[in-house]
Amino acid sequence: MAAQSPTDPLIALAAITKRYNVGRPSEAEVLHGVDLRVRAGEFVALMGPSGSGKSTLLNILGLLERASSGEYRLQGQAVQSLPDATLTLLRRHTLGFVFQFHHLLPAFSALENVTLPALMGTGRVGRAQEERARQLLDAVGLAGAMDKRPAELSGGMQQRVAIARALVLDPPLVLADEPTGNLDTASSGEVFALLRRMHAERGTSFLIVTHDARLAAQCDRLVELVDGRIARDGPVGPAVAGCSTK
Amino acid sequence: MQTVLIVVGVAAGVAGGALISALISGLQSNTLNKTLGAQAHVTLQAPDDVVAPAALPVPGTTVLSQTQPRAQRLRSIANWQALVPLLEGMDEIAGVSPMVSGAGLALRGEAVQSVALLGVDLDRYDRVVGLRSKVVSGVARLAPGESVLGRELAQDLGLRAGDRFTVQTGTRSESLRVTALVDLGVKDLNRRTVIVPLRAAQNLLALPGGATHLELTLRDVWVAQDVARTLRAQFPYQAESWQENNAQLVSALNAQSISTGIIRGVVLAVVVLGIASVLVVSVVQKQREIGILRAMGATRGQVMRVFLVQGAVVGALGSVLGLALAVALIAMFTRFVRGSDGLPLFSIGLPAATALQVALIATVCGVVAAIAPARSAARLDPAQAIRI
Repeated sequence: MAAQSPTDPLIALAAITKRYNVGRPSEAEVLHGVDLRVRAGEFVALMGPSGSGKSTLLNILGLLERASSGEYRLQGQAVQSLPDATLTLLRRHTLGFVFQFHHLLPAFSALENVTLPALMGTGRVGRAQEERARQLLDAVGLAGAMDKRPAELSGGMQQRVAIARALVLDPPLVLADEPTGNLDTASSGEVFALLRRMHAERGTSFLIVTHDARLAAQCDRLVELVDGRIARDGPVGPAVAGCSTK
Repeated sequence: MQTVLIVVGVAAGVAGGALISALISGLQSNTLNKTLGAQAHVTLQAPDDVVAPAALPVPGTTVLSQTQPRAQRLRSIANWQALVPLLEGMDEIAGVSPMVSGAGLALRGEAVQSVALLGVDLDRYDRVVGLRSKVVSGVARLAPGESVLGRELAQDLGLRAGDRFTVQTGTRSESLRVTALVDLGVKDLNRRTVIVPLRAAQNLLALPGGATHLELTLRDVWVAQDVARTLRAQFPYQAESWQENNAQLVSALNAQSISTGIIRGVVLAVVVLGIASVLVVSVVQKQREIGILRAMGATRGQVMRVFLVQGAVVGALGSVLGLALAVALIAMFTRFVRGSDGLPLFSIGLPAATALQVALIATVCGVVAAIAPARSAARLDPAQAIRI
């Protein structure tokens, strides 16, 4: 495994393609040679119309899917040909996920949901890990709801639990797939503000897929994907207004 | 809800299987006790008399002959006194009782009954067939001039404990006092059995110092055939196991065991399929959660283990509930199913070893049933699972 150089980007994609149903009449290429680099500490919005390949790109970045061709380096390490078990470990320690739907496990309390990634790692939750989970829940404003089940929490609260869960192992990068897509405007603003605060306080990198131009405008950098290709990539500014989100 | 239903299903299967096992085992044990209650596990006796050819055939010639078989006479086992300690030294043999057995007549007043005369050493014979436990009247004693009678025979002769009667064999006869009446478990045996001291039978049957049979009791009744085979190979005597003497009963017991095994197998298959079907549905329903766990770094092995443990827990819980239900059903059976005499038909129970075995099998079945669903859960593509 190549050690990461301080100058290495956190994520480096080069000529990534993704094809589905290879060899069948329904074969389709969803990503056509995507190049993308994300440095540590960046807060990036990924926008694009439906079907542009955002979720596929996010899955590849999250090591949930493999690219059909191209090179993907995560923290300087080429991950394309790593075995599944290694990718699982890498995913556990390097990446946090926040989904549009919170995807909390209904049978577990908020605190137990947050400690789940730690449980996956060692098979048990240590005192330090539980304390960290408590601190994170406190930080996202849920100090009083630690023992509540997901069904007892509002949508916004559930998403805040999911954010705490994504951060519990202190990953360098959090991938968020429309984290506010299922929330009302007020909750959406609160959750986004929380993501920004976590970024500011912890220096964690965030790559956020969103359809909401208003929220994207609050990111540092905007990447726009259209028809499986990066159409724009640059600092947020006037670019956001012209983004195609439908 | 599904899990609760399948736990109840497993419990019903386990209870049914355990109840059938207990019933069949109780029934077989009861039948065996009744059958072996009055007979030895292995009987050793002198070989039959055979007709020896007058002269050996000349080599190269074929002799066609028709020989009348010899009538069998009462014969003693040669040197049986030396044989007894040898047999007692064998690990499988728990007791040896020499016996002189032959036919005679029992007379009292006008009544005459043909009887089977058994001459025994009471203590040894008691170890073989548990005679003292079969006494229904009087106290079993076999001092010289004393005898023990089957209950029906005593009734036919109008005898009670303490009364006297005469036994006649050929030209000899002896007056005996009845010390006890016994129930040997089979009416026909009760109707013709007269048990007398060994020496009295030797005198009555003109076999001084002899023993026509050596009755053996074994520590494990099921090795009787092996022991009989070994004895036949070692000694020039006839050795017969209780299975050879009760071939039809053994066939019936085997058929029962096979049918019980088939029923248990079917129940197990139903349990396995039931658990598997619930887990398959569970995997489908929990695809998203599985995807999330995989995204958070759960390995395929960890996901597999979740479902294997679920299968084991369903099997274990079901077996615990099922065993409790089986115990209750057995208690109900014992309480409500009774014979014409108001007593339970036979005693049944669920031994701890059987219960443990059933629980273990059900738990293993739970794990086996979970293998296919667990593998499909572990193989789920996390990206696709999360999208669902």
